Amino acid sequence: MGHFDYSLPSFSLRALAVWRRNFLVWRKLAIPSLLGNLADPMIYLFGLGYGLGGLLPQVAGVSYIAFLASGTVCGSTMNAASFEALYSSFSRMHMQKTWEAIMNAPVALDDVMAGEWLWAAAKASLSGVAILAVIAALGFVASPLALWALPVIFITGLCFAALGLIVTALAPSYDFFMYYFTLFITPMVLLCGVFFPADQLPPLVQSIAAWLPLTHSVALIRPLLFDTMPTNILMHLFVLIGIAMVAFWIAVVLTRRRLLN
Amino acid sequence: MIVNLTSPLIVTELQKSYQGKRVVDGLNLELVRGECFGLLGPNGAGKTTTLRCCLGLTAPDSGDITLAGLPVPQRAREARASIGVVPQFDNLDPDFTVAENLLVYGRYFGMSDADIRPKIAGLLEFAGLAGKENANIRTLSGGMKRRLTLGRALVNDPDLLILDEPTTGLDPQARHLIWERLKRLLSQGKTILLTTHFMDEAERLCQRLGIMDAGRLMTIGPPRDLIRDNIEAQVVEVYGEGAPDWATAEATAFAQRIEVSGETAFCYVKDATALLQHLGGRPALRTLHRPANLEDVFLKLTGRDLRD
Repeated sequence: MGHFDYSLPSFSLRALAVWRRNFLVWRKLAIPSLLGNLADPMIYLFGLGYGLGGLLPQVAGVSYIAFLASGTVCGSTMNAASFEALYSSFSRMHMQKTWEAIMNAPVALDDVMAGEWLWAAAKASLSGVAILAVIAALGFVASPLALWALPVIFITGLCFAALGLIVTALAPSYDFFMYYFTLFITPMVLLCGVFFPADQLPPLVQSIAAWLPLTHSVALIRPLLFDTMPTNILMHLFVLIGIAMVAFWIAVVLTRRRLLN
Repeated sequence: MIVNLTSPLIVTELQKSYQGKRVVDGLNLELVRGECFGLLGPNGAGKTTTLRCCLGLTAPDSGDITLAGLPVPQRAREARASIGVVPQFDNLDPDFTVAENLLVYGRYFGMSDADIRPKIAGLLEFAGLAGKENANIRTLSGGMKRRLTLGRALVNDPDLLILDEPTTGLDPQARHLIWERLKRLLSQGKTILLTTHFMDEAERLCQRLGIMDAGRLMTIGPPRDLIRDNIEAQVVEVYGEGAPDWATAEATAFAQRIEVSGETAFCYVKDATALLQHLGGRPALRTLHRPANLEDVFLKLTGRDLRD
């Protein structure tokens, strides 16, 4: 393998042309794509929310379905960002050679990566916001304070899109993504307070979960939906933004080695 | 009007290794504005790597590249603004129609939709795809895809076109159409750099050729000069079971140079009269007498061994 180029990502406005390319593709299939993004989390939300919720008293001071709804916003944003940055980006990079075509124009790899990153975060945000809209319509959102969840959803998208792009940079084939989902994404859904409060877990597991990005997303978004100011806002934001930035940098370094040697 | 006479591409002492293996080894090249230059070489000669270095898509180990007057890789992104590229493998965007492919590609050059849209009909006309605006990429034939890729490479009205094996995998009809279009572009004053391993393509299109092997340019010049300077004028091909034995035992008396490949002896001669007279007395051996061509030069310089 070749050498690593550790220089920080440097991108131009051409990144927007890459973003617009993905947006144009999405626009052609917007309705089925949005329904697809909504269907899975909604099935879980109603299935578990009503089925399991009927057996439970209040969870963390609210009905179980309301508790689960706020977690689902975070979980689906994570899932949508991960799917886009893994499967879709890999298709464009490796299978269709779309990135190669773009880089023959005056667009640098860093621009392509930035466009992909912002696109995956935007698409994930749409997914998170769609769920937020549905649960708001169902009365699970307490106050306009919930609007502050919107930027947090986008930052969550940036964080998981960047992590996904690292995996894509290393992937020999689609099969590789199964490891990431089973070893990283699925545990996170269970450990970070999407389905149940993380303080139900043994202390050791809790201290591991504290390091996982989804924990911080949930810690910010859930209170906002229940009309409460989150605690340690800056710390949670710092972790999410910090992971997003560092992960994107690593993804760029790895992809440079993969494509520019 | 300022006429730009500087070379669109100058490469000096280019070196590039992969895992200790030297792929490009001290390559020098200077294109003349308005010419078609062909890089001819067997698989693995370093042609594609050379092009990637010139476009700034991979950093050379050493050497200097000036593309469109700008140093590469340092300012490759800017330099590519006046270059059109047709890659070896089609990478049209399968998620888009024919027209959308051109629109989206133009945006990568910083062009506005208002700049690109009026050009689309002309580009499709040029590509022989008029009326196919809304066709899905998956429904196009191999030749159509190549032509659309060529049209896409022209969206920014480039000065220099770089084509990596532009007709590999196409049928003769499709190849001739591509050649005709490339000639049209040359007549408009564009410069073309292409790689190929088709001799007829190189001979028809290129004013100058460089024959490349093992990362080096073995020779460089107009096709006819390469034949004149590198090889005897005549070739007599001798076939048949006895040909290899005959070649070792007797042919050396008549031919300047002999190459045996399987059951065929290739005799390279300045004057074939004596050899043909001698062969007249050997009815068991079949012969073909022809003038030497570019393929003979190519095989002489790069050898007859398979490259895979």
